[in-house]
Amino acid sequence: MMRDFISARTRTIPPSGIRRFFDIVQEMDDVISLGVGEPDYATPWVACEAGIASVEQGQTSYTSNRGLPELRTETSRYLAKRFGVHYHPEDEMLITTGASEALDIAIRAVTDPGDEILIADPSYVSYSPGVMLSDGVPVRVPCLMEDEFRLTPDALMEKITPKSKAVICNFPNNPTGGVMSREDYRGIAEVICDHDLLLISDEIYTEMTYDGEMTSAVQADGLQERTILINGFSKAYAMTGWRVAYLCAPKELCDAALKIHQYVMLSAPTMSQYAAVGALKNADLDREEMVTEYQMRRNLFVRGLNRIGLTCHLPRGAFYAFPSVKEFGISDVEFAERLLMEQHVAVVPGSVFGPSGAGHLRCAYAVSREDLREAIRRIEAFTTSL
Amino acid sequence: MDAKDWLLLRILEEDSTQELSEVADLADLTEAEVKDRVSAMEDDKIIRGYCASIDWEKAGEGVAAATVNLKVSPERDVGYDRIAERIARFPQVCSLRLISGEYDFEIRVTGRNIQDITRFVSEQIAPMEQIRETGTILVMKSYKENGRILYDRKEGERLLFSF
Ligand SMILES: Cc1ncc(COP(=O)(O)O)c(C=O)c1O
Repeated sequence: MMRDFISARTRTIPPSGIRRFFDIVQEMDDVISLGVGEPDYATPWVACEAGIASVEQGQTSYTSNRGLPELRTETSRYLAKRFGVHYHPEDEMLITTGASEALDIAIRAVTDPGDEILIADPSYVSYSPGVMLSDGVPVRVPCLMEDEFRLTPDALMEKITPKSKAVICNFPNNPTGGVMSREDYRGIAEVICDHDLLLISDEIYTEMTYDGEMTSAVQADGLQERTILINGFSKAYAMTGWRVAYLCAPKELCDAALKIHQYVMLSAPTMSQYAAVGALKNADLDREEMVTEYQMRRNLFVRGLNRIGLTCHLPRGAFYAFPSVKEFGISDVEFAERLLMEQHVAVVPGSVFGPSGAGHLRCAYAVSREDLREAIRRIEAFTTSL
Repeated sequence: MDAKDWLLLRILEEDSTQELSEVADLADLTEAEVKDRVSAMEDDKIIRGYCASIDWEKAGEGVAAATVNLKVSPERDVGYDRIAERIARFPQVCSLRLISGEYDFEIRVTGRNIQDITRFVSEQIAPMEQIRETGTILVMKSYKENGRILYDRKEGERLLFSF
């Protein structure tokens, strides 16, 4: 007999909500997958060239823990240019192995056992397990379709207790496509400051903002000094496989995150950091191309959904549509499962992203227009069969 | 011209044969709005025409192409315009551009074969009195034309599901 070696904490983490779908999909050959959370573009060639050149020149060692100075300088410039916000590349910024690592170390750097961490719901899947791994308590704050999935001050207020420590939000949002305007951020800034909370803002999709101005939480008065800002290259520059992102925060918070990063990661992949420099310096055009294409696909897809009777708000960011299937009298999980089995269209049930996602489907429209049109046809065939 | 017009141009430049309804969906406009905007841009000659992008090498018929650089003496009062208009009349000339640097014009010439092209350049272009010098660069193989690649490229693969 062997002991059960798995820690109690690890056992509290629920299994992935899409494992089952993944297994089914492997067996099918004409699947249209709207379940993919990454761009369908290849990395801009200028970025690849920069990565390749670094390898050719033998830049294959660790970088400093904080990341390549040149990448931090370029990132600082980028943030100033795109958002008018200022972070010092020396001590307010850290290059990480994807936003995934940035989220992990940010949560760990601030969470003590029993701390309540408020999570805008529905949310990206890593936040809640991340909090649980630090023995924190995830508390979900609903973001509703009638509010275009924004985080409202009232909803936030309602969940605040004396144990509340931080808020995690992500706009433009995965899975809803919701965005926050400057005004919206000002609204929650007041609540966050009044209750002396910290904000962890995952802004990985900001470049994919379609109808209005691109925004960052730290533009709101009073927020920058209490925010850990996370952004990266995975989405804006189609660099998911390179694993490179960044975390920005006031010096003390940044140092705390750095303490964890230096032990668990040492430094982000070196060639990826060079590629990211190339992306920031020379890939604006590639980025704009891709974002314009996604805007068109969104128009095409969301119109299509509404035409066939799936109510969908117009997502103003990211590359996800989040239609409601409540009218059809079956759960989002059943809808998604049957849609996959009967019409070979893969989507992710909204409830995977939290209770407020129930009754919705996350459809990633980062696939070809042709596939989007075909998906609409198949979804319509499915709903008329219900 | 506003952002929607710009988007329409992008859509049409990529594929002008799309159904009106598809164009309307992509641009998030009504079909009537698309029609109005496109006719306005045609009237303003922002849209000069619609064409197919063809891989002539693959089509098999003898095709040859060259870039020919020209040094030209500009004329009093009309500068380069008059000679440009004369050169542009030849159907063999598929593009004609005034360029910076050593040469003045860059023309793209097509023909059925290399002899066609060299004959055209030496008999029609070079003898014009304003032409001081020509430099012919023959195209040996084309990899990309009008923004489209002319070879098969393997696409990267993605997981079928990811968060
Ligand atoms: C909201 C959100 N945050 C973070 C990530 C992870 O990004 P990275 O590839 O930089 O780790 C994703 C990826 O899907 C995401 O959707």
